[in-house]
Amino acid sequence: MKILTANRLTDGEAVWFSTGQVWAETIDNAELAHDKADEERLEAIGKAAFLNNEVLDVELIDVQLVDGVIRPNRLREQIRASGPTNRNDLGKQARPAVPQAA
Amino acid sequence: MYRYDEFDQDFVNARVAEFSDQVDRRLAGEITEEQFRPLRLMNGVYLQLHAYMLRIAVPYGTLHPRQLRMLAHIARKYDKGYGHFTTRQNIQFNWPALSDVPAILADLASVEMHAIQTSGNCIRNVTADHFAGAAADEVADPRPYAEILRQWSSVHPEFSYLPRKFKIAVTGAERDRAAIKTHDIGLHLKKNAAGELGFAVYVGGGQGRTPMIAKKIRDFLPENELLSYCTAILRVYNLYGRRDNKYKARIKILVHETGADEFARQVEAEWEALKDTELKLPEADIRAIEAYFAPPKLVARPEGDETVRLARLDSRSFGEWLDQNVVTHRHPDYAAVTISLKGIGEAPGDASDSQMEAVADLAEKYGFDEIRVTHEQNLVLPHVARADLRAVYDALVEIDLATANAGLITDIIACPGLDYCALANARSIPVAQEISRRFASLERQREIGELKLKISGCINACGHHHVGHIGILGVEKKGAELYQVTLGGSGDENTSVGEIIGRGFGPEEITDAIETVVETYLRIRTDHSEKFLDAYRRVGAAPFKEALYGSEAKAA
Ligand code: SF4
Repeated sequence: MKILTANRLTDGEAVWFSTGQVWAETIDNAELAHDKADEERLEAIGKAAFLNNEVLDVELIDVQLVDGVIRPNRLREQIRASGPTNRNDLGKQARPAVPQAA
Repeated sequence: MYRYDEFDQDFVNARVAEFSDQVDRRLAGEITEEQFRPLRLMNGVYLQLHAYMLRIAVPYGTLHPRQLRMLAHIARKYDKGYGHFTTRQNIQFNWPALSDVPAILADLASVEMHAIQTSGNCIRNVTADHFAGAAADEVADPRPYAEILRQWSSVHPEFSYLPRKFKIAVTGAERDRAAIKTHDIGLHLKKNAAGELGFAVYVGGGQGRTPMIAKKIRDFLPENELLSYCTAILRVYNLYGRRDNKYKARIKILVHETGADEFARQVEAEWEALKDTELKLPEADIRAIEAYFAPPKLVARPEGDETVRLARLDSRSFGEWLDQNVVTHRHPDYAAVTISLKGIGEAPGDASDSQMEAVADLAEKYGFDEIRVTHEQNLVLPHVARADLRAVYDALVEIDLATANAGLITDIIACPGLDYCALANARSIPVAQEISRRFASLERQREIGELKLKISGCINACGHHHVGHIGILGVEKKGAELYQVTLGGSGDENTSVGEIIGRGFGPEEITDAIETVVETYLRIRTDHSEKFLDAYRRVGAAPFKEALYGSEAKAA
């Protein structure tokens, strides 16, 4: 399973392409690609958003559903989704209802 | 300290205006990321995992309180209330919005600072001994030469597109506190038999994927030929340095592949045509730059000895801090103070906005308006009267910056690693924090003695792990973090590259492994006076391997 992530141009904030066709600041509602066709569709969306100067560093990343919650496979992506592991008061985990990476 | 002249200020202001316009156009979608990326990098703006990062140059690590205060202001207003001091004596902010960067750069320009050439294949911030101008053992202050190099290398048209980045360090003492042999060019300022100033010139040092120790290519270069000779080195490099392979593009590879003797010959040949030209520094110009670095007027404060004696009797922790973080000054009534940014369990090199402001206050009140950033990620007040040490200590206690661990095992260098850095393979900061907590007891740390532990989150080696007495390198193996341990590295006048001791350790094992290494050292050292590095150099890796891997090591 894959989802589409990037950083927002204006402030660099990590964002995920989510249901409702928006780049959300949290990973929870990211749109899941279940097969090749989904992946290609997401890839095209990412490319268009990059060319439209909305986001940069666009990437499809591997995730799993753990108890129905999206969890990236790589630690790097878990940290992007939560914030620095040494400072829980920083990044998305500092906002309500975002868990810590490690 | 050096003050911008009108050319410097006009140039920096013009660059702020230019980059502001570029940011506006980028945000308006008028220029693409491909077009913008090199422009933002030239102005110190990177993209990391969570946000942009702005790297600001602190030339040769010297800061005026008004500059440190501005950094505190930026941390508070545009970032998240802290900054990270790096191994290049720079500071990084981890959370700025691109749209705020022009305002930040304008604020920086108002205190004669910028972020130019903190990225890209150009000559980067020139670093120097953090005790420059204060150290009892230096022949002269190396910073005037670092400043001359800074002026010469700033937007130097011929050297703005080198095969790869280029780093220069200068020291003025036999004891090398600037790690000059791990730099592309390392300059050791010294005097010849006739008492004239000049440099021993080292070339081709570096860390990263292929660590190399710089080779001496000239034993004495007269000070006035500094720029002609560096130009000759850069020209040879620009001509022959490999542009076909990023991993082979640093000058260290060229020096290695060419051979130091042949490389030196090529430089000398190039220099023949350059010396005695307009690149020769006029005596008056050198002395004019030197005047900016004139030492503060240090009045006699002979009461210091008695004040310190009484304060020691009064407070044991003051005494410990004095023994560990305070070093001799060339003036007997003064001392240089290391402000450790390595509080137990803290992220190495981080300082909060209010801590920065408090340090700026101290520098104004007791430190002749000078602060230094060290490549070991600490701050230094280079000139403090011994009579004022107790007051400085008490003020540092107030802001949690009085940790008495300079040079000890918890004085860890760690790069940002996977908690921030887009290039990282593994985390560095949490490893540093856990080791720091494990060795929190000062008594134990002092029993262990001098031990430099350095951690990098990937092979780029920003955390200088290759030259740590104990080095830790984070790698990614099968999607998990793994930490490789190297022993025996050193970044001083006897530079050596650490040797990988064996298979790596997982995040849950690494602190135990480090403790095993330390316990092994304590067991094998001849006595308390034999430091970790000396013991390792005497016995080699075998007992450490045995302790870490047991029978596994024998079988291998
Ligand atoms: S060593 Fe690697 S992980 Fe650490 S700051 Fe440098 S590039 Fe990032």
